[in-house]
Amino acid sequence: MSADLPPTNDLTPVSAKTSASANTDTDTDELIRFDKVTKRFGRNTVLDNLCFSVRPGKHVTLIGPSGSGKTTILRLLMTLVRPDEGTITVSGDQLFPAGPKEVREIRKNIGMVFQQFNLFPNMSVLRNVTEAPVRVLGLGKDEAEARGRELLDLVGLGDRCGAKPSQLSGGQQQRVAIARALAMRPKILLLDEVTSALDPELVAGVLDVLRDIARTTDITMLCVTHEMNFARDISDEVLMFDSGKVIESGPPERIFSAPEHERTREFLGAVL
Amino acid sequence: MTAGLWTHWVLPGIWITVQLTVYSAALATVVAFAVGTARTHRSRTVRFLAGLYTEIFRGTSALVLMFWLFFVMPSLFGWALVPMWAAVLALGLSYGAYGAEVVRGALNSVAPAQREAGIALNFTPWQRLRLIMLPQAVPEMIPPFSNLLVELLKGTALVSLLGVADVSFAAYLVRLATQESAQIYSVTLVIYFVLAFLLTRGMRTLERKTKAGIGITTTAGGAR
Amino acid sequence: MNGWDWSAVADFMPRFWDGLLLTLQVLVLGSLLSFSLGLVWAIGFRSDTRLVRWPVQAVTEFIRNTPLLVQLFFFFFVLPEWGVQFSGLTTGTLAIGLHYSTYTAQVYRAGIDAVPAGQWEAATALSLPLPRTWIAVILPQAIRRIVPALGNYVISMLKDTPLLAGISVLEMLQQSRLESASTFQYTEPLTVVGIAFILIAYPASLLMRALERRLVR
Repeated sequence: MSADLPPTNDLTPVSAKTSASANTDTDTDELIRFDKVTKRFGRNTVLDNLCFSVRPGKHVTLIGPSGSGKTTILRLLMTLVRPDEGTITVSGDQLFPAGPKEVREIRKNIGMVFQQFNLFPNMSVLRNVTEAPVRVLGLGKDEAEARGRELLDLVGLGDRCGAKPSQLSGGQQQRVAIARALAMRPKILLLDEVTSALDPELVAGVLDVLRDIARTTDITMLCVTHEMNFARDISDEVLMFDSGKVIESGPPERIFSAPEHERTREFLGAVL
Repeated sequence: MTAGLWTHWVLPGIWITVQLTVYSAALATVVAFAVGTARTHRSRTVRFLAGLYTEIFRGTSALVLMFWLFFVMPSLFGWALVPMWAAVLALGLSYGAYGAEVVRGALNSVAPAQREAGIALNFTPWQRLRLIMLPQAVPEMIPPFSNLLVELLKGTALVSLLGVADVSFAAYLVRLATQESAQIYSVTLVIYFVLAFLLTRGMRTLERKTKAGIGITTTAGGAR
Repeated sequence: MNGWDWSAVADFMPRFWDGLLLTLQVLVLGSLLSFSLGLVWAIGFRSDTRLVRWPVQAVTEFIRNTPLLVQLFFFFFVLPEWGVQFSGLTTGTLAIGLHYSTYTAQVYRAGIDAVPAGQWEAATALSLPLPRTWIAVILPQAIRRIVPALGNYVISMLKDTPLLAGISVLEMLQQSRLESASTFQYTEPLTVVGIAFILIAYPASLLMRALERRLVR
């Protein structure tokens, strides 16, 4: 299965050092960097002076109660919302403010899988996966389709290329959405509660695909999830969020077995 | 009514009415998509201008606009239009404004998440509109467009007041020739009714086809 | 090619006010006619017997799918042949009221259909007599949707009043044509009339949108 994974980009080797840290010291070897980022929706502050960074190839999981701003972080990186204050950089390039061209150049490196799949209902499964590589990356149609089929094989849906998304189950749709994101050869993959909208029996299939990708590629992953076992399996680093701030961070073994912060203990007690 | 009146006036009149409907509908469609899309543009200025267009042309009476284009444009700007084109312009511009509201509404009804998925795949705004938003919005537009098309067909009768020889004008001529009104006006009304019926039927077929194209079967109620 | 002449505007104003007054008169009477006749059609739609339902549906469909202008000519020329002598104004008001009654009928129908079936059942369970059910239960709920939609059709009707110029009713457009015929000034009278329509229709449509937001939810 793993043999067909997309060729990786020239990422620097994974260092042994902690990849994500809730401090602000400058590090030349970081892929994503949030610096004093604040985001408000109306009078509600969802991110409060947030600082953290992620090193290439690392898998970082964001956990915390609903409404603690985890999803907003992914949406900021995807430029779906803009921050009120602070800077966000990807590979050293600043995301806000930046011209449309620069933003698109940065965004090329980032893929996203949504909670609600968001497949295009007007396109077949295969075209969902090939449309962006053809139109955005300028791949030839044949090449894109060959790769699209490989990726659909990888997520176990090679036989459903011609189907419309509405003919698939939620779990199948989500696996197509993962293939669609991978088809753009992202350096960074954002996973926004990708199993929350699925029926319980379909969750495992999707998580297995993601575990595989985490194990066999060096794509940097930023993952918001309520699946704590999954988080423990794939993460190099877990960030615990509360009220728009990182209140605790560290390797999953420590966070899950010996949380230091009171709120983390409460939260884990509630979900585990 | 004699066969001569029928072949000399009524049949060519029907043809003119059909032509007027087709040309005006074509112009109205272009206007509707251009202005309706502009109303969802991210620039406030573009949205305002498109909104201004809609309000002005929905606010005017199509007949007054038609007269204005025909009588005032030549003296004010020096552009003379033949009555037929003044009519097409007036109908196209005003029904385009109504259509723009339909286009805007349908675009807004596409789930915002679809737009976000388009951004996440790095499509340009134009690609998002063309490849994602419009294919999903168009099937929603067809039933209201169908109503507008019938209104437009009815609106083409106004051109007879400018002397364009459509089927309404033919009725007027036949009445003068035969000194008899009930028959020719009844026939004319029936002709319009049949044309409207055909348009509605055609649009219904189109709706089924476009909905099938995005995986909605019209039989399964509430599939979305 | 000549420019804009304010004195021509001033000359036209007396005629314009006359035309506006007549336009509003047609609008008010036509609206009232369409509101009441539409209600008759709507009740016909709900009739238990097909003998009533089908003819009402056929007639309203026919009127709604054929041009008002041709209907105006029909009544204007045909009624005298049948021995009915009406003025252009009366014919025009009747025709526009009849035409729009087929739209208001749809509005009533949609408004009544939007009242949940449970309301009818509750009224039956309370043994309310039918007239009482209508007046006390159904109509007060339906009216929220009906009022703004009717208002929008009044605005449409306003924009259709110039069609009455076709049968020489002295509404705004016809006044401007008469003015042009006597002064050979086309630009100013027609432009004034065109702007007048926008100035009336736009605030009116804003009002209807506000009403819709308040009433429909």
